[in-house]
Amino acid sequence: MSGPNTDYDPVEVTPLRVEEVAERRDEAIAAVEAAADLDELKAVRLAHSGDRSPLSLANREIGALPPQARKSAGQRVGQARGAVNEVLKRRTGELEAEHEQRMLLEETVDVTLPYDRDPQGARHPLTTLQERISDVFVAMGWEVADGPEVEAEWLNFDALNIGPDHPARTMQDTMFLEPLDAGVVLRTHTSPVQARSMLSRTPPIYVICPGRTYRTDELDATHTPVFHQVEGLAIDRGLSMGHLKGTLDHFAAAMFGEGIMTRFRPAYFPFTEPSAEVDLVCFVCRGVVPDVHDCRTCRGEGWIEWGGCGVVNPRVLRACGVDSHTYSGFAFGMGIDRTLMFRHGVEDMRDMVEGDVRFTLPFGVEL
Amino acid sequence: MRVPVSWLREYVDLPAKVSVTELANRLTMLGLKLEALEFPGSDVEGRLVVGQVLDFAAEEQSNGKTVRWCRVDTGDGEPRGIVCGAGNFAAGDLVVVALPDAVLPGGFEIAARKTYGHMSDGMICSARELGLGDDHAGILVLGAGEAASGDDAAEVLQLRDQVIEFEINPDRAYALSLRGVAREAATAYNLGFDDPALSLPAVDAGEGYSIQVEDRQGCDRFTALEVTGFNATALTPRWLVRRIQLAGMRPISLSVDVTNYVMLELGQPIHGYDSAKLRGPIVVRRASAGEKLTTLDGVSRVLDSEDLLITDDSGPIGLAGVMGGESTEMSATTTEVLIEAAHFDPATIARSARRHKLPSEASKRFERGIDPTLGPVAALRVAELLTAYGGGTVAKTGSVVGELRSREEITISADLPSRVSGIGIDAGTAVTALRTVGCEAELVGEQINATPPAWRPDITDPYDVVEEVTRIVGYDQVPSILPPATVGRGLSKRQRLRRRVGLMLASRGFVEALNFPFLGESDLSALQLHHGDPRRIAMRLANPLSDLEPLLRTTLLPGLLKALARNAGRGKPDLGLFELGAVFLPPAGERPKAPKLGVDRRPSDDELKELEAALPDQPLHLGIVMAGHRGPPGWWGSGRGTSWADAVEACRVVARTVGVELEAASARIAPWHPGRCAQLLIGDVIIGHAGELHPRVCQQFGLTPRSVAAELDLDVLIAQASDIVRAPTFSTYPVAKEDVALAVDMDVPAAEVEAALRDGAGELLESVRLFDMYVGQQVGAGKKSLGYSLRFRARDRTLTETEIRAAREAAVEVAVSRHGAALRS
Repeated sequence: MSGPNTDYDPVEVTPLRVEEVAERRDEAIAAVEAAADLDELKAVRLAHSGDRSPLSLANREIGALPPQARKSAGQRVGQARGAVNEVLKRRTGELEAEHEQRMLLEETVDVTLPYDRDPQGARHPLTTLQERISDVFVAMGWEVADGPEVEAEWLNFDALNIGPDHPARTMQDTMFLEPLDAGVVLRTHTSPVQARSMLSRTPPIYVICPGRTYRTDELDATHTPVFHQVEGLAIDRGLSMGHLKGTLDHFAAAMFGEGIMTRFRPAYFPFTEPSAEVDLVCFVCRGVVPDVHDCRTCRGEGWIEWGGCGVVNPRVLRACGVDSHTYSGFAFGMGIDRTLMFRHGVEDMRDMVEGDVRFTLPFGVEL
Repeated sequence: MRVPVSWLREYVDLPAKVSVTELANRLTMLGLKLEALEFPGSDVEGRLVVGQVLDFAAEEQSNGKTVRWCRVDTGDGEPRGIVCGAGNFAAGDLVVVALPDAVLPGGFEIAARKTYGHMSDGMICSARELGLGDDHAGILVLGAGEAASGDDAAEVLQLRDQVIEFEINPDRAYALSLRGVAREAATAYNLGFDDPALSLPAVDAGEGYSIQVEDRQGCDRFTALEVTGFNATALTPRWLVRRIQLAGMRPISLSVDVTNYVMLELGQPIHGYDSAKLRGPIVVRRASAGEKLTTLDGVSRVLDSEDLLITDDSGPIGLAGVMGGESTEMSATTTEVLIEAAHFDPATIARSARRHKLPSEASKRFERGIDPTLGPVAALRVAELLTAYGGGTVAKTGSVVGELRSREEITISADLPSRVSGIGIDAGTAVTALRTVGCEAELVGEQINATPPAWRPDITDPYDVVEEVTRIVGYDQVPSILPPATVGRGLSKRQRLRRRVGLMLASRGFVEALNFPFLGESDLSALQLHHGDPRRIAMRLANPLSDLEPLLRTTLLPGLLKALARNAGRGKPDLGLFELGAVFLPPAGERPKAPKLGVDRRPSDDELKELEAALPDQPLHLGIVMAGHRGPPGWWGSGRGTSWADAVEACRVVARTVGVELEAASARIAPWHPGRCAQLLIGDVIIGHAGELHPRVCQQFGLTPRSVAAELDLDVLIAQASDIVRAPTFSTYPVAKEDVALAVDMDVPAAEVEAALRDGAGELLESVRLFDMYVGQQVGAGKKSLGYSLRFRARDRTLTETEIRAAREAAVEVAVSRHGAALRS
């Protein structure tokens, strides 16, 4: 390498000669263009743009030129290097893109391969349905009340105006706990939660009580000794059967679709007076002729029996400490299992109790 | 209650065009629920005529059978030749002939066909072939003069009818009679109703059989009427047989059929005694303990002192309102009959019927409450029907014991029906509605005074009156109004967290099961619970569904393990299940009994506390079980078997869902493997256990070896959850990572080594994570090497090398001093 030399004629420094620089530049560009892949390009970069490449070496000669010659030589070499770098950059991009494309192609997999590595889970549809129902009422400002499954006879029967001679209070219908005189049963309905709510809260009371209930039925396709109910209770000033109907119509529409309403038929329940059975317009055929004739959901009736309801009997209010002169209320109750059966076409009640996951899994976590 | 429409029309002048479906629907809307519609006789097609057997020739067949080749006049010209296999008729008898092309019940097609060497031109029918009961001993022979040849036999036999079966609510005993249903039908169509109980004559009270009612509480009215000179073998008229048959009762004999008929017609159960067999006066009293009665069904019954009896000098002759006694039963030789039409206390009859497991048509009506005025009318009605068809004489007077109690007037505010129903009902409409159902009602100022009729013992309260008004105005008139908006606080914390836990487990691949909460001792033994285990203290059902499972669960595991085995048996061996449900934990020792509380007032808080004390603790538990592969083998590589750690981790996931961290400690408790069971704690509070099941448990429940399980008390866990999660603060200075490998004795728990490192490292420590565990030659026998990565960070500065080294060394030092750990390099 040469040191600064003021006497030196720049034209005479070979690497900096115009033709020489152009030639090196063209060589470099040609090499870059010729590089077939990123590895070749790496070698070319080293040879033609690295520290020891001809143009880099030429660049170093510039410092040895007399000041008046440095500018043009610098420009010349700079432009040449710039041109090379530009091509290099473009070529790098091209080759990287090519490489990426090839790599992605090589990495192609069969995305139809099944990946059942993580087990599937699900909640029981009876649970989900209870929550769905609760949510409809919570959205109306009601609260969800819970109560024990092993219940005092007084709360399960007496407080609800079911006297000691009522047929439901026999061993044929109700599961009693030993000893018999302890007055403890497996609750036969969710209605004792009503009584508990009245005993523990002050009106206005708006509660919905989903839960498990027990009767001595043998398990078969349409009966199960362990089943689920949802009970609703409203106690407020000035409530009437009209409010009950409005609430149930809203409930029906929320669960089964807009336009699905209820109808009341006179019925008898000890804890309500007046009492009514609630039927639901069949949400499949909507009771419309001729679809109703072949409807399997309502069996051609256009209506589905859904549950019982009524105005809370003042005797119940009295036993539960609610002033029946100031407050009135209504209550209703439905079978969750039966609702699941007709809403989802479950054909055999045993499917709901056996824990066979083939039944449960398709319901996922929402219905 | 089965109601033949032809019978119903006798009391109500229903328009001819009213269809049975429409009638049933209208009655349903009035509270008599349609259960089923039947069209008896609708399966009979073609010509069914009355024929007269002119003569016949008995012909013995090669198979030993004798058939009759009959000439039968069917009123259409030439007599028909018909082969008949029966022998219970004579020349001149009237029979029922199904002509060729007729179809009998069961799709039985009649054709002219060759049989026993003759062309038989039709068939002579038995009662059973016509769908008229079970009689198939011979053919049906009509009474002389009952019809003429060629008459439509279906009409003569009243073969075709329409029957509506109603489900009658327990408060509508009156509707267990044609009288009651007819009243409702008249209401439904706004027609007049001629109440048979009011138009029929009644027994003239006077001299009669001696009746002494000792227990007026059990029997407030007793009517007895005698019939003498009766022919017990007389046949019941065909129309009466047909009616009770269509109403669902079996015809037996004239006397029984008539009593049933009157019960169906009026609603008053009747009992008939063979008065020749009675000894002395009839006394109505309670049984003495140990007394015995053989009832009509031939069963000797030991009576309870609460049973109400009909007795004579011989002792008990009937269980009042439930079933008569054998000793005074009417028979084919009976000529004198004593007819009993009584009114009994509903609760007494209900208890006796239940006690002796003898639900009968009579007890069904008595226990719901019949019309107390009916006795004298019903008794005379029975007597007149008996003598009309069986001859004899009705006594001029009968015994009528007991006074009718007048009904109490119920006063309601005139606007109560409107307020309760939500329908605008003016006072006039309400009064009219009450009169329609038979009440005496009038408007006095702002009040309505209503006196219910005798047949409505169910109407006792103002709200009963309101129900009747609403029912007559129409339940379909109730408006649909949403209640005023209320304010609620949404789900409780327990409700929310319970949902979250379920969702979390489902998203982790667990399937929820809802098992019956019943257990047997064998289930607890299969869990290997020792005798003192608290989970063996279970509540026992007095009437379990199965004697094998009389207990209420104290643990969710047996149900889940059985479900797991059931799924494996059905081809799903790789599975995780969970259940969220109550377990029932009675206190050890004697459980207090629930106090007997009244209903005339709210119980006091102390009384309610006593009530609660009778109940067991019923915490919400979470059970988790897993078997087989947690991740199956596949194209990605080998599978991963379920391990004890999956059970523990599932619990940790649940705890994190609730917002708390669980600590684990080794535990020995059934049903887990003694070396692979973790007790899960928050501080000192035990939340539950998790781990691998004991091999014997897997075996006993038929599970894949190394199945795992966990059970947590979710209520305890939720109680540990904080209400409000505090937002964390964290440092933005760089982290320093240091790894240490410590060799410790095999039995030193990793959790304790980690705790030592934490304690030693001080506040600069951000986290500790076990990244490796090694057992083998390089650490020596009985030792394990635990590799931890420690992360250090300060809140306010970048840590220096010196600080980091000091913290690391301090951490190791505590592990060394506490657990004899050796630092490996």
